[in-house]
Amino acid sequence: MAIVERIRPSERSRSWRERLGDAIRQHEGLRALLLAGPGGLWLLLFFLLPTAIVFAYSFARRGPYGTVSWAFTLENYVRFFDWLYIRVFLVSVWLALLTTVICLLIGYPFAFVIARSPRRWRNALLVLVLIPFWTNFLVRTYAIMLLLRSDGLINNALQWLGLIDRPLTMLFTPFAVVLGLVYGYLPFMILPIYASIEKFDFTLVEAAQDLGADTWQVFWRVLLPLTLPGVLAGSILVFIPSVGAFVTPDLLGGGKVVMIANLINQQFLTVRHWPFGSAVSFVLMAIVLAATMLYFRIGETRRI
Amino acid sequence: MTATATTSLQAPRRKRRLSAGWALLWLNVLSTFVFLYAPIVVMSIFSFNASRQMQVWMGFTLDWYARMVHDERVRVAAENSLVIALVSTLVSTVIGTLTAMALERTRFRVKRLYEGAMYLPIIVPEIVMAIALLVFFNLSFSWLDRLFGLQLNFGLGTITIAHIAFSFPFVAVVVRARLADFDRTLEQAAQDLGANDWQTFRYVTLPLLMPGIIAGALLAFTLSIDDFVITFFNAGVGSTTLPLEIYGRVRRGITPDVNALSTVMLLASIVLVLGSLAFQRRRAT
Repeated sequence: MAIVERIRPSERSRSWRERLGDAIRQHEGLRALLLAGPGGLWLLLFFLLPTAIVFAYSFARRGPYGTVSWAFTLENYVRFFDWLYIRVFLVSVWLALLTTVICLLIGYPFAFVIARSPRRWRNALLVLVLIPFWTNFLVRTYAIMLLLRSDGLINNALQWLGLIDRPLTMLFTPFAVVLGLVYGYLPFMILPIYASIEKFDFTLVEAAQDLGADTWQVFWRVLLPLTLPGVLAGSILVFIPSVGAFVTPDLLGGGKVVMIANLINQQFLTVRHWPFGSAVSFVLMAIVLAATMLYFRIGETRRI
Repeated sequence: MTATATTSLQAPRRKRRLSAGWALLWLNVLSTFVFLYAPIVVMSIFSFNASRQMQVWMGFTLDWYARMVHDERVRVAAENSLVIALVSTLVSTVIGTLTAMALERTRFRVKRLYEGAMYLPIIVPEIVMAIALLVFFNLSFSWLDRLFGLQLNFGLGTITIAHIAFSFPFVAVVVRARLADFDRTLEQAAQDLGANDWQTFRYVTLPLLMPGIIAGALLAFTLSIDDFVITFFNAGVGSTTLPLEIYGRVRRGITPDVNALSTVMLLASIVLVLGSLAFQRRRAT
């Protein structure tokens, strides 16, 4: 590199383009600015600044007609500790945790089978997992609504079989919401676990068995600890979108199951209490950041 | 000798126990696939149902598709979705690629901060980003009006800006992964052979990065065309996209025309995914 630059003739007549080229080549700062600039500007203007405004709003007061009047107050955060809102918070975290655990229980054995199947099947199986996943989220949620309705296919089938005489109420329940979340985010669990198991050295299993371990011991003491990075990554990837989910509780919960995102939506578009809505948004951000930090902390202490 | 003897003794027993376990494991795989496919298959089947009442099968019809094709609102929504997705993909692919180059090829003072901030739109919940942009556009439009008398409104523009904001970090991540295992001696070889910086970039760096850039662009396109939450909060009059249109219809009451529209979108995404996979495989060989 250096030699090439040195032998480049400098006595040649230099146009402005060449001079600009030289400047870019020689000054790393200028190069960084040109490359990082557009992204940085977009991020600053359309992400960081908007987030900062929401943060400022969360300490403001609600003015007349749903406007925002600037005055520093903590009342929006204090208000969140009302049982009404704490309940929304608890319901969201609980449903997201439930979703994560169910995805883990289904996803781990699922990923295991794919990782252990013949190599030429693996990609086909993964694509089969991904096809519903690449379908529009709203379309998928709507498809679940069709199945769960009181006159939907599941209720009709159960009635036809004579297992029930009145249709079960499945839509607009926490059950429907968790089902929708699992349906939506299961691949987020399967893919990282699959990646971990695929890298796992299965001669270790033989070694453990030769040393007298039974199948459960092999799983708990060898396979699971060594594939934990995948489990952790999958869990965080399912938990984060679940706890902040909006469409799923909106359509499958039908106003009966209210999660944090629905509360934010309601404060912004219906009640028009923007400062309180902003405060709730920051509570949601805090949950997500706490989960992310916990993830990194566990990863660090385990040295994996 | 003894070792082989014990394994040959243990092997059949172990195999039998494993096969019972494997049966259960495969049962899980099978039922998961049923769970993943049943909803969308049922939805597609009932889009051909002659009855308006969707729970009973009344015979095959293509009426709902015919109705959808002639539906003005669907046409407008599809056009909006495509225009937004194309512009957003183009801009976020360029910005994302530049960002990846910056992160992988240069050093600057606030790089760690820059890098951290770049991942935020990926982590932050959609709803938070959606209302942040809503608040931001609202405030800046009222200021622009007050200061310059400039009347701006929510619409295709705000949606596109928002889509670029959440798409380009994903492009940056994908392209950066490709840059990370990039053999830089190839660039040096090109320069030794007399290529200038532009030629090196155009004929060596860019072609080698292309698979990453294309993968990033496809991701950006899918993110844009699928997005509901951020679009919902930043749309205006006449800027309805396909997901917004479906949402509106589902909220008004379920009718089979939503099935037809959803089935078409389902097919489109399957074609897109399989097409891009086939494309990547062809490039790989």
